[in-house]
Amino acid sequence: MNLIPIVAVELQPIFAWIYRWLEGLGLQGTLLTVVVYAGLGVMVFGVLAVLALFLVWWERKIAGHMQQRFGPMRNGWHGWYQTMMDGLKLLQKEDVLVDTRDKVVFFWAPVICFVAAFLAYVVMPFGDGLIVADLNVGILYIMAVTTFTVISLLMAGWGSNNKYALLGGMRSAAQVVSYEVPMVASILTVILFTGSLSMVDIVESQSGLVFNWFVFRLPFGPVAFMIYITAATAEANRTPFDIPEAEQELVAGFNVEYSGMKFAMFFLAEFVNMFTVSAIAVTLFFGGWQGWEFIPSWIWFLGKTFMVVLLLMLFRWTYPRLRVDQLMEFAWKILIPIAFVNLIVAGWMKYAGWYW
Amino acid sequence: MAEPGIVFWILAVVTVASAVMVVTLKNIFHCALALILCLFSVAGIYILLNAEFLAAAQVLIYVGAVAILMIFAIMLTSNLASKAIRQSNEQVMVGTVVSVLFCGGMLALIYLTDKAIVSEETGVAFWRQVRGTLPADNVASLGGYLMTKFMLPFEVVSVLLLAAMIGAIVLARKEKA
Repeated sequence: MNLIPIVAVELQPIFAWIYRWLEGLGLQGTLLTVVVYAGLGVMVFGVLAVLALFLVWWERKIAGHMQQRFGPMRNGWHGWYQTMMDGLKLLQKEDVLVDTRDKVVFFWAPVICFVAAFLAYVVMPFGDGLIVADLNVGILYIMAVTTFTVISLLMAGWGSNNKYALLGGMRSAAQVVSYEVPMVASILTVILFTGSLSMVDIVESQSGLVFNWFVFRLPFGPVAFMIYITAATAEANRTPFDIPEAEQELVAGFNVEYSGMKFAMFFLAEFVNMFTVSAIAVTLFFGGWQGWEFIPSWIWFLGKTFMVVLLLMLFRWTYPRLRVDQLMEFAWKILIPIAFVNLIVAGWMKYAGWYW
Repeated sequence: MAEPGIVFWILAVVTVASAVMVVTLKNIFHCALALILCLFSVAGIYILLNAEFLAAAQVLIYVGAVAILMIFAIMLTSNLASKAIRQSNEQVMVGTVVSVLFCGGMLALIYLTDKAIVSEETGVAFWRQVRGTLPADNVASLGGYLMTKFMLPFEVVSVLLLAAMIGAIVLARKEKA
């Protein structure tokens, strides 16, 4: 087993140097593996934490400009460190605890939510060879670990012992279970043509011209992408599918009793989740890290992902929220039939060989 | 895998402890969460056995769907979660006896099979070892088998699940007068 994780060409000398340095310290075998992967974990976590802070600021700026105001302006140039200040504020805040809470469940809910948000990045191909572990069940692994987010929302709703929180948690469970079906069906459409669940294989099967991206493979590609992005918006609990935390009905939904750092964990996890679903969309439909070679592959990946994130943000500030029954009807009566018809069409085209 | 022994024992202890918690905890919501932990550590054991697909499917189906539906049902059922309700009834002793017997039977099976195999094999096999190597792509070969050799069982199971689902819907829906 190659202990040096797969890393991009431009980063390989640095990794090799760190690796030799660790060996020089006398680390061997299992311990070395553990240290290398722990280091990678910290690195990915750091990058994503900064990204999440940036996304919070970006969302507020977009919201502001779409509503003809400026958004945060006070802290630094156009308020660029506003989120850090908010984070510091949340750190200092009192951790308000309800007496009637379910102690264990209440404590673990934000932790599980936070951890689950980062688990998907184990198999995320950030760039050419820039991936922590290329599992051969890649995309299935992501689908599996993201379910822990739902469990954490249910735990938060239950542990708070509050009717609004409970309603929020239950709505979130119903919503995510429903929207997982069209999401998986649209992902399967892509898997049908790659013949592999590995994220790296999915990206590499879209190499070459831009028309090889799955989103441009007519007629099933664009349909699959639209189904995916709709379901992903629902999975990330964002407007127009933010029924779990509908402010006007449920105060704040599942996180109504959380304050201080625990609230911040839910909040950051939400933005990391948004980045996750966008990154999956880029990997599946927009050729992942591929692009002209004079720009490093990870810049392509981040750039494309930010475009999808921008799309999700524009959704949020454009569309009104769906009612809970409309939400369910939309998933089961419209999205799922379209997704399955699309899958059948794609399968037929694959069988007939009518694709490129 | 460098130290499968340690990892296996950690997973085994977590699995058994959470399984015990499922039946002993007082609050049924906590029981459901313990069940999730139990199923998740079983997925970990699948990974140790190089069955990544099975592990991912285990988490996706049991944790992602079955357990969530259970929790959903607990939340929707009024009074089910109040601490006044007992989680066990007078059959607890019978249940214990049956599960101890079952566990003993399984252990006996393992050790008897072990003897039968060791006498023929090299003497180091703990459990029946199938000859041959792992396929390069677990998922692809699994899919291939499901669509060719095991097509009929696969379809039968699908129809069975569909029938069960329709049955549940028929039972659950209210008759319109």
